[in-house]
Amino acid sequence: MQIPYALQFVDFLSALLLLIVFAMLAQRRILSLINLFAWQGALLTVSTCVVAYSTHQHHLYYSAALTLVLKVLLLPWLLHRLIQKLNVKWDVETLINIPSTMLVGIGIVIFAFNLAAPITEMAEGLTRGLIGIALASVLLSFLMMLTRRKAVSQVVAFLSLENSLFFAATSATQGMPLVVEFGIALDVMVASFIFGIFFFQIRETFDSLDITNMENLKDD
Amino acid sequence: MIDLQLLALLLTPLLGGALLAMFGSRAWAAELNSVMSFFTFAASVMLTIRVVDAGPQVAFDEQFFIDQFNVFLVALTAFVAFTTSLFSRPYMRIEQHHGKLSTGMLHLYYSMYQMFTFTMLLGLTSNNLGIIWVAMEAATLTTVLLVSLYRTPASLEAAWKYFILCGVGIALALFGTILMYFAAERVLGEGGTALLWTHLNAVKGELEPTVLKLAFIFLLVGYGTKIGLVPLHSWLPDAHAEGPTPVSAVLSGLLLNVALNAVMRSKVLVDGSLGTHFAGNLMMGFGLLSLVVAALFLSRQKDIKRMFAYSSIEHMGLITFAFGMGGPVATFAAMLHMTMHSLTKSAIFFAVGHAVQKSGTQVMENIRGMMQVSPTVGWGLMLGTLAILGMPPFGVFASEFLIITTAMHEYPWTTPILLTALGIAFAAIFGKVQPIVFGETTAKRLPHPPALVPVFLHLLLVLILGLYMPTYLANWYRQAAALLG
Repeated sequence: MQIPYALQFVDFLSALLLLIVFAMLAQRRILSLINLFAWQGALLTVSTCVVAYSTHQHHLYYSAALTLVLKVLLLPWLLHRLIQKLNVKWDVETLINIPSTMLVGIGIVIFAFNLAAPITEMAEGLTRGLIGIALASVLLSFLMMLTRRKAVSQVVAFLSLENSLFFAATSATQGMPLVVEFGIALDVMVASFIFGIFFFQIRETFDSLDITNMENLKDD
Repeated sequence: MIDLQLLALLLTPLLGGALLAMFGSRAWAAELNSVMSFFTFAASVMLTIRVVDAGPQVAFDEQFFIDQFNVFLVALTAFVAFTTSLFSRPYMRIEQHHGKLSTGMLHLYYSMYQMFTFTMLLGLTSNNLGIIWVAMEAATLTTVLLVSLYRTPASLEAAWKYFILCGVGIALALFGTILMYFAAERVLGEGGTALLWTHLNAVKGELEPTVLKLAFIFLLVGYGTKIGLVPLHSWLPDAHAEGPTPVSAVLSGLLLNVALNAVMRSKVLVDGSLGTHFAGNLMMGFGLLSLVVAALFLSRQKDIKRMFAYSSIEHMGLITFAFGMGGPVATFAAMLHMTMHSLTKSAIFFAVGHAVQKSGTQVMENIRGMMQVSPTVGWGLMLGTLAILGMPPFGVFASEFLIITTAMHEYPWTTPILLTALGIAFAAIFGKVQPIVFGETTAKRLPHPPALVPVFLHLLLVLILGLYMPTYLANWYRQAAALLG
């Protein structure tokens, strides 16, 4: 069966997306982590545009524009400013060392593809890997949240999680209704704002952005 | 007509949020907060009367859907939000008097309180699964800064945990929603209608079962984080213990219900598609696990608010279990238990809040002899505890009795687990609350008279419903239970 070019392109982008998530997982510098996040947003914008063009879903152009403004320009810019202000450019210590994290990551990808297999089998119109890749990226971002110590990198992981979900929504279902997408974008924006407030509060209280300071609440 | 009533219900708290964002630092902000909450409650009563009379309704181009089930939660939410605002008026003033809160913090608190009410009501009445998700996330966002209101290291930690864990949980729920949409698109076509619950409900038999199965797992785990189901509950005790008490009361009494509503909506669709008891079994499993784990953790708690937070996990587990069993009787019992739990638990938090203020600590060993300093706080705490532990004649007894007898009939093997867990919970909580209420005291008087009307109002309602259930209410709940099947 001949796959349309647009779809092949989306497939290619999805592979890049997975690579970026892996790169983020391995990245120790916060600055590069934020840049990778911006690249992820850019990929997402392109893939949304391609889907919009090939399926003639005009509302997807709006959400592509929203992604461009919010996730490629605004959030990375804000994060850059934040880490400058808070002076947290230094390397990230991960709770598990990087090679083991990568190995766990590979396991996660295999698990995600298996989990998505019954769905991709019934899917027409899209190539098989998309849902698997989206799910893998979601779970990998999850892993990143678990292994990072700095509050900033946890937030980048959270945003990457959101990006992966967005990718799943556009590639697998050709976009959620516009009102829902706007709602989600609004939530992400407010969440980032609150994250920013938190950085300052945490820093003020603990003198660092290391979340290992925040492990005192336990049941005993 | 229904459009107008719904508009009143949703716009009142939104307007309240805007007004309090402007005037939140004035001396009369607390009164304004109560007044707006009262109007919201009044709007919910009108909406309830109409829906109970005329049956399920859609409004605003089918974007909103109200039936007997969610209108019951709307009424409950608006009522408890109103009484909590009454309680928070003196409570927050005392906190300010003790130097724990500044005017700026109160400003934030009042406007966020109204916005929180708005997001919960939106999440309950929306017909769009996507908007339900957006509202649930917004509910987290409005409360996260309230949990860290005191700016202590512990409260910041609790808020961060709440934010990250619920953020992740809710992201999983979004993936579930996307999968649901993916399945629906195939049947309903592209565009806005494929996420509308009423449309999905009409075609639920044609939705692809494999996709819906996976979607439900994600939705249950995602929204389950919000409900506080074990093993995703770890944010809940922290957030309840470290936040201001009125926030603990609404989180525990209301937010958990709203998340459960989202799960129930999904369950109806999945049941229709699969034709098996898959969703119910999952819910029963999570419910039982939460009930047992929470009961075991109860006896280890030292902080009074933390202990009652675990009690919320326990009761949410029981409710999830009952909904999971399904069938008209179990669903009826689960709804009744939701009502009783919301009323009782918020009443307990009100009494606990004042007890903590009097003794200046949340550590139970240091709170003693409430009956001596203030008989009303002492009795409120004692009666509330007896009620939540399922003592007759309070309403919790009736609902727990119904749940257990249904379980005995349908799934006999669960009965010993249920009874043991409830027994352990009883021993743990009663043993700790008894010396708090009786015994010698060191507590001091408060600068403002405490608000105890809400405590006894709630307990009175729970008592009345335990003794006699009006036909109107019984019919209403029965219809709602029939809708959920």
